[in-house]
Amino acid sequence: MADTVVKTPKLDELEKGKWPSFVKEIKMAAKTSPMAQDLLGQLELSYEQKLGHWKHGGIVGVMGYGGGVIGRYSDMPDKFPNVSHFHTIRINQPSGWFYTSKALRTLCDIWEKHGSGLTNMHGSTGDIIFLGTSTPHLEPIFSELTKAGFDLGGSGSDVRTPSCCVGPARCEWACYDTLAMAYDLTMSFQDELHRPAFPYKFKFKMSGCPNDCVASIARSDMSIIGTWRDSIQIDKDAVAEYASRGMDIKADVVDNCPAKCMEWDGKELHIENSYCRRCMHCINVMPKALRPGKDRGATVLIGAKAPIIEGALLASVLYPFVKIEAPYQQIKDVVAKIWDVWCEEGKNRERIGEFIQRVGLGNFLDAIEVEPVAEMVAHPRENPYVFYEEYFEEDETAEEQK
Amino acid sequence: MAKTVDEIAEAMYNMIKEATGLKKLKATDLTKAIIELYGDEADKQLCKDAIKQLVNSGRCVYTYFGGSFIELPHREGAAND
Repeated sequence: MADTVVKTPKLDELEKGKWPSFVKEIKMAAKTSPMAQDLLGQLELSYEQKLGHWKHGGIVGVMGYGGGVIGRYSDMPDKFPNVSHFHTIRINQPSGWFYTSKALRTLCDIWEKHGSGLTNMHGSTGDIIFLGTSTPHLEPIFSELTKAGFDLGGSGSDVRTPSCCVGPARCEWACYDTLAMAYDLTMSFQDELHRPAFPYKFKFKMSGCPNDCVASIARSDMSIIGTWRDSIQIDKDAVAEYASRGMDIKADVVDNCPAKCMEWDGKELHIENSYCRRCMHCINVMPKALRPGKDRGATVLIGAKAPIIEGALLASVLYPFVKIEAPYQQIKDVVAKIWDVWCEEGKNRERIGEFIQRVGLGNFLDAIEVEPVAEMVAHPRENPYVFYEEYFEEDETAEEQK
Repeated sequence: MAKTVDEIAEAMYNMIKEATGLKKLKATDLTKAIIELYGDEADKQLCKDAIKQLVNSGRCVYTYFGGSFIELPHREGAAND
């Protein structure tokens, strides 16, 4: 039991309001964890001074692995000795974040024994995050985690822990089995996950439908988003039921369609599927009446990232439609080519999206031997940025004839 | 004749040792340097295996400073011992 209570007037402000508070949680942990108590003290000091007091420790890890542990040290170890070391551990989450209560208890027991007891379920990477332990505890934690069937996740210049939405386990819109694919990619790329060998990080995220609940289009280097290529399935009676119960189908569905591919004559809904952009809006508004088509697969996109070195990028289409079936060979083959080119030509800390911007999508597609198609656009239905050589040749011939 | 994993690991170790204090080397730097040095006698898979051997044996460690590097084990400046 911690014997002193830290005064935290500034942090107390963050407990006010109806929303969850990390301060409240740290204070709860501080009742039994000296580490959490010193964390409160150091954090309060940071708020007072408007200055961070963490040093980055780049060498900590477990034997043989280059990822999974993010080193942190306090720059005030004399004042806050219990957070002198405060390393973060990333643990590979199960696909879709499904746990038994026994698994959760096991994780918590390991963490209360060896660390601060503070967790982040889950981090923005998707991993289970254990916040705060010291270097001597790293190997014992790793050993106990592996005995319980868990492994460390990715960090640094490696494949980050593949992450996916709940997919067909709980969602009727899933156009492919995201859970199976996340698991398969995790197991197939174990070497790349634990042994950093890239210019920078590489993230896979899998969403089962275009609602993209894991925001893969904005946050992953390779985004695999479920879609369909035939027509939206319509239950006409259910559409009529929505209308009879007061839904304004024209205002709420038809007028909000970004492709303007729908018509409602007051009795029947007509969809021009060749113009549909698979945005899911109509399906989300009338889930009982509309469903994704039956010919399902995924769109594979590449190059998204959040701003770190350079600004944020949204992903671009790499394959407009692929069937997603184990063992996912088409995806694995193109990934191998992408990594080859990127490792050969990429600069230090250059994400794949930045690399593509630097060399140009045309050159990149050439290098990975993928044919350009019209769907590779910067924005839907506009501004294709693949240049076809024959157009240049035509222009040159026309110039010569003049 | 193709080089062995041991030979490549040794060559990589020497590169890392020589670069210590001057430049941090990434796995890609080492792979490119080895292929340049040995040409057809080495390939990417051999380099991968050599790095794995160096790290698993504890002769080298992965470090992180904005990106991942491979270095000789050392006491880190930031560490509070």
